[in-house]
Amino acid sequence: MSTNQPLINAFSSALGIDTSAVTDELEYNTIPQWDSVAHMSLVAELESAFDIMLDTDDIIDMSSVAKAKEILQKYDVAFEDKE
Amino acid sequence: MNFIHNLADFGSKIALLDDVGKSLSYQDLSKKADVLSAKIGSNKKFIIVKCKNNIKTIIAYIAALRGNHAVLMLDSELDSSLSEQLIAHYKPNILLDCSTEDDEIQHQEINDEKQDLHPDLALLLSTSGSTGSPKLVKLTQKNLQANAASIAEYLQLDHSESPITTLPLHYSYGLSIINSHLLVGAKILLTSHSIVSKEFWHFFKTAEASSLAGVPYTYEMLKRLRIERMELPSLRYMTQAGGKLAPPLVEHFATITAEKNIHFYTMYGQTEATARISYLPADKVLTKTGSIGIAIPSGKISLEDSSGNIISTPKTDGELIYQGDNVMMGYAESASDLALGDQLNGTLRTGDIAQFDEEGFFYITGRLKRFIKIFGNRVNLEEIEHELETQGFECKCVGEDNLLIIATLDANNHEEIQQYISQKYHFHHSVIKLYSVAKFPLNSSGKLQYSQLFDLYQSQLTS
Repeated sequence: MSTNQPLINAFSSALGIDTSAVTDELEYNTIPQWDSVAHMSLVAELESAFDIMLDTDDIIDMSSVAKAKEILQKYDVAFEDKE
Repeated sequence: MNFIHNLADFGSKIALLDDVGKSLSYQDLSKKADVLSAKIGSNKKFIIVKCKNNIKTIIAYIAALRGNHAVLMLDSELDSSLSEQLIAHYKPNILLDCSTEDDEIQHQEINDEKQDLHPDLALLLSTSGSTGSPKLVKLTQKNLQANAASIAEYLQLDHSESPITTLPLHYSYGLSIINSHLLVGAKILLTSHSIVSKEFWHFFKTAEASSLAGVPYTYEMLKRLRIERMELPSLRYMTQAGGKLAPPLVEHFATITAEKNIHFYTMYGQTEATARISYLPADKVLTKTGSIGIAIPSGKISLEDSSGNIISTPKTDGELIYQGDNVMMGYAESASDLALGDQLNGTLRTGDIAQFDEEGFFYITGRLKRFIKIFGNRVNLEEIEHELETQGFECKCVGEDNLLIIATLDANNHEEIQQYISQKYHFHHSVIKLYSVAKFPLNSSGKLQYSQLFDLYQSQLTS
């Protein structure tokens, strides 16, 4: 099953943006919606969507959607190459 | 004399260090401020500083104070329509934009007419950072000196401290950290990076920050980051203010800081009192959880009942009255108010309801005024209603901290209103809740019953 969709949903809901705006290139602090408040909301969404607990270093390192995917793989969450 | 004029006494000691490694000594800060001050001129002017947590903002701030001007610290990230409104409303003489990436302070003459400014007026801070409210708190240099000295005393600050900025400088709590540490000759670490970023913690560790300050939301983030697992040997103390920290969070941080021998202070204050009014001594945080503590050194807290009598019995609600040299001159709502002298004579009615226990520790139990705090920023509910009204929405607002509830008569515009408020004030959409009512509840004299409106919202949640 694709895990892209839960990831996209988590970003969309935490940042309050459309799912179509959630691309790999989207980076922290480049849009007003992705500020520190939204970042913590994102961490909560991801932790509950994938039933994981993120490490401190991973929380502060999650600076883009692509980076989030890379980090989540460490927690045995697999992503497809293409959506 | 006060700390603003005594900076050069600390000589070549580092005053400011930023996250790209630039630093400024006390004597150079003093010199650079005087150069800028000379450029501004000798007659008293009204200056707006667009701030960011960087070295040049502090230079501009100190320059304005050393030249005995009146300075308004303005959030550089405030929505541009809101900051333009504020500038149009007050017509300041000079705008110093310190928000750009380079080292230059953009100096802009806006109005060359002489403004009628009271000689004691030194600093203006917004009562509500995020909404760009024209209601400003007027402070004097005496206020700044008094509060900085009280804070330095109870936190036991000296020149070995190195606080790191976690709060913006247009915010009274953020600025109080700068003032109290410049007073003792400490090294201030300046960064605009958020505590959820890698850059922040890298700077914290390499520059060996000795203290952290936060509003309740900062502590929610620190909990999620699991700060207890970080290696932070330089951290000596942590402070919390800007709203009530939930008791489980107080206990959590009291416990983890005790294990690491870090002092943890929960505090209370208002911009109207420059910043700080009370603090809970670090060794009382577990036995007096939820208390705002005792008055700061040189300050006095009393409680007054609704007929104006001083309350002397413990566990009795009354309005918290604060007296001290850090109490503002008064509010300004328009340029003409800047000419007025001290209207409060050192006594502040806080609008907060409190009680004290048998040992004299105070607890906030309610609030008289219609405002809430969103991530530490005060938000005036009337202002939000007014703003929505000008946009053609008929709404009434209630809420609690980190929850803005907007009641409408029309259920179709909820999404539009939420988007509008979220974009205008940069509130995370999750703190804005909308619901509709058939009619707004009024009492027999036709006055809107906000408490009923709040109850209605809660009953809709449970039904």
